[in-house]
Amino acid sequence: MENASELDVFRRDVKAWVQNNFPSSLAGQDLAGLAGGESGARANDEVKTAMETWRQRLAEKGWGAPTWPVEYGGAGLSHPEANVIGEEIFQAGAYNPIPHMTGMGVTMVGPTLLEYGTDEQKAQHLKGIASGEIRWCLGLSEPNAGSDLASLSTKAEDKGDYFALNGQKIWTSGAHISQWCGALVRTDSNAGKRDGISFVMLPMQQEGVETRPIRLISGVSPFCETYFSDARAEKGDLLGNLNDGWSVVKRLLQHERQSQTGGQGVSMLDSEPLHVKAQRFVGTDEDGALVDKDLRQRLVRNYMDATAHRLTAERITAEAAGRVEVSAAASILKNSNTRVAQTKAELALEIMGSQGIGWSGDDFAEEELGIVREWLAGKAMSIYGGSYEVQNNIISKNVLGLPETTQKG
Amino acid sequence: MAALTEEQSILKDQASSWVESQLPVQKFRDFRNSNSDGGFDPEAWSAIVEMGWTGILVPENYGGSDLGYLTFGLILEQLGRQLCASPLFASAYVGATAINLGGNEEQKQSWLPKIVDGSEILTLAVDEQSRHNRDQVQTTATATDQGYELNGAKTFVLEGMSATTFVVAAKTDAGDIALFLVPADSAGLSRQGMSTVDSRDYARLTLSGVEVGQGALLGAMQGSQLYGRVLDRASAGIAMEMLGVGCYAFEMTLDYLKTRKQFGKVIGSFQALGHRAAELYSSQEMARSCAEAGVTAIDQGADDEAAMSAISKAKTGEFLFDMSNQLIQIHGGIGMTDEFDAGLYLKRARVLETTYGNQAQHRDRYASLLGF
Repeated sequence: MENASELDVFRRDVKAWVQNNFPSSLAGQDLAGLAGGESGARANDEVKTAMETWRQRLAEKGWGAPTWPVEYGGAGLSHPEANVIGEEIFQAGAYNPIPHMTGMGVTMVGPTLLEYGTDEQKAQHLKGIASGEIRWCLGLSEPNAGSDLASLSTKAEDKGDYFALNGQKIWTSGAHISQWCGALVRTDSNAGKRDGISFVMLPMQQEGVETRPIRLISGVSPFCETYFSDARAEKGDLLGNLNDGWSVVKRLLQHERQSQTGGQGVSMLDSEPLHVKAQRFVGTDEDGALVDKDLRQRLVRNYMDATAHRLTAERITAEAAGRVEVSAAASILKNSNTRVAQTKAELALEIMGSQGIGWSGDDFAEEELGIVREWLAGKAMSIYGGSYEVQNNIISKNVLGLPETTQKG
Repeated sequence: MAALTEEQSILKDQASSWVESQLPVQKFRDFRNSNSDGGFDPEAWSAIVEMGWTGILVPENYGGSDLGYLTFGLILEQLGRQLCASPLFASAYVGATAINLGGNEEQKQSWLPKIVDGSEILTLAVDEQSRHNRDQVQTTATATDQGYELNGAKTFVLEGMSATTFVVAAKTDAGDIALFLVPADSAGLSRQGMSTVDSRDYARLTLSGVEVGQGALLGAMQGSQLYGRVLDRASAGIAMEMLGVGCYAFEMTLDYLKTRKQFGKVIGSFQALGHRAAELYSSQEMARSCAEAGVTAIDQGADDEAAMSAISKAKTGEFLFDMSNQLIQIHGGIGMTDEFDAGLYLKRARVLETTYGNQAQHRDRYASLLGF
């Protein structure tokens, strides 16, 4: 690990680079929304061009995936250095759009490819991810295989030099705008539940793939139903060994949990601290203390829970002594992050009263409407990436060593 | 665990193995059953003094090792695991903090070495009513020609019957709350033991016309500052003991989940209990982070030391409250018996919850510190 002063020098360089290279026309724009694909389509040309310039500059530095090897489009940096880049970009009011632009590419597919991929596969796929040019989705869940993922039934039939896929996936994030998909498929129906599964990669732009966006309670459609009808996945795009897809996906999901343990996001909920919002909406006594003492206690609980979460994440990183490990602690952190975020949104709604139940229109401020949508969207946090309950299964089994609580296949 | 220095690791391991081997909870049970006078086992206390733990917060030129609050906290955590009864916290943590922060050179020279060698046992006398409220102090310290005259009453004074000197919070003529060193044998001071659920030493004090000299006032800080700082640091210390109590309770419970069989399988294989254990474990990890951050903030002289102390006491309180209840619940009938240790942990847990303010009071404090 670098010593602090080397890291400080690095930080100074990063700060200067961001200052010189972040296009001023992007300041104050909804960059996360732009990178997300949906509202990106509505942006004007000038903003789109600036965004593309910014992406290219980041990609040239290898900062889309800074810890990946240089030969695969990364910058070969350490985790502390990567954190500095993230912090400095955030500090400058900028945003690194690449992870977002690649869907599941940077956070999940890439790290798993680095571990399980052949040299050929790595050479073919990683650069497109690190540069933000190729968006990936993941075909994991099925209508009848949610928390019990291993009961999936999408089949991949061996056709000699390729697999033919048939079945239905659901909750495929961004499937309708992705170029590639990593899919979990059954390659041996006679093997045990977890033993006959393989992980294949396939292009989305082909005849056998159809996507239908699902409208969610928050009004947006980030997820799809994805249908495979004789969809083609090349043999060379099998990741890991045949019928060993369960190992691959377990690793993939660990990377997912890791990416969901909290971090810097842009949120309407952060436009002002909750207690300031509460002072504005709920009212205070002459000392500035909230008049609703019950709400005041619950606000503090949420603040303290947020601090406890942050301190625990820092402590686990410190204990790992610089090695950022995908550890069992990720389950604890995913759940605490979820609880803090969902409670925070509920508190914001409670504080805003009837201004916190608006759907659209001029009766409500943009910020108020944004919070309502975030509250609804946030309900997914305790469901995706292994539900709150699945995380507790993992903690009780893998961390505490209690016997398996779910049915093994 | 926080990232520790080598010295901290050694001390922690020393404390851990000494407590497990020399002072298991059975020793506390024996002490409780003996109905002996005094609030602690004198042999254990001598050993603690000998190992130098009484000097952890004391600068080297006064005979201590000056290793800081996190180090002291690690020891408190280890002692908490086996419910060790000793005046270490009251005297060498809270007492030493008061003298370090509030004492002048003369006071430091006369008190700190005696805290280190155990010849003096100091304790803070703050509460006056059944619910801790740091702003409600009625005890007065009126200036006289020779010093001060103290009048009032205190309750729930830790190690109150064994203490040789009380650090009394009293209102000055200026209306501030200041701390005064009052020898236990002062004329006009009387004390009476309280029998509490955790079988530890607590006392009520009455101070009527207690005369002390000028040198009794800990006056290095303006106004009520010292009083507040000492209470904040005391709360952070209690949090570390609470962490130890809770962690051991968790280990007992996890062990039982893995060994107790019903319906033909170990009860830890039932998902309801597996999830409960997962929640308790998560809560324990959050509590550890907060407790360690509380004492670390003191060592670092952090600006948010007061807020971190409130977080540490509130979050460990939350964990220990649930943990101590589940300790009984998951053990079932055996947990209800006096012969089994669960009850001792539950009782200690609630006394610690009450000490220097419960969870809700620390949340209230936190909100006030943030200005809402």
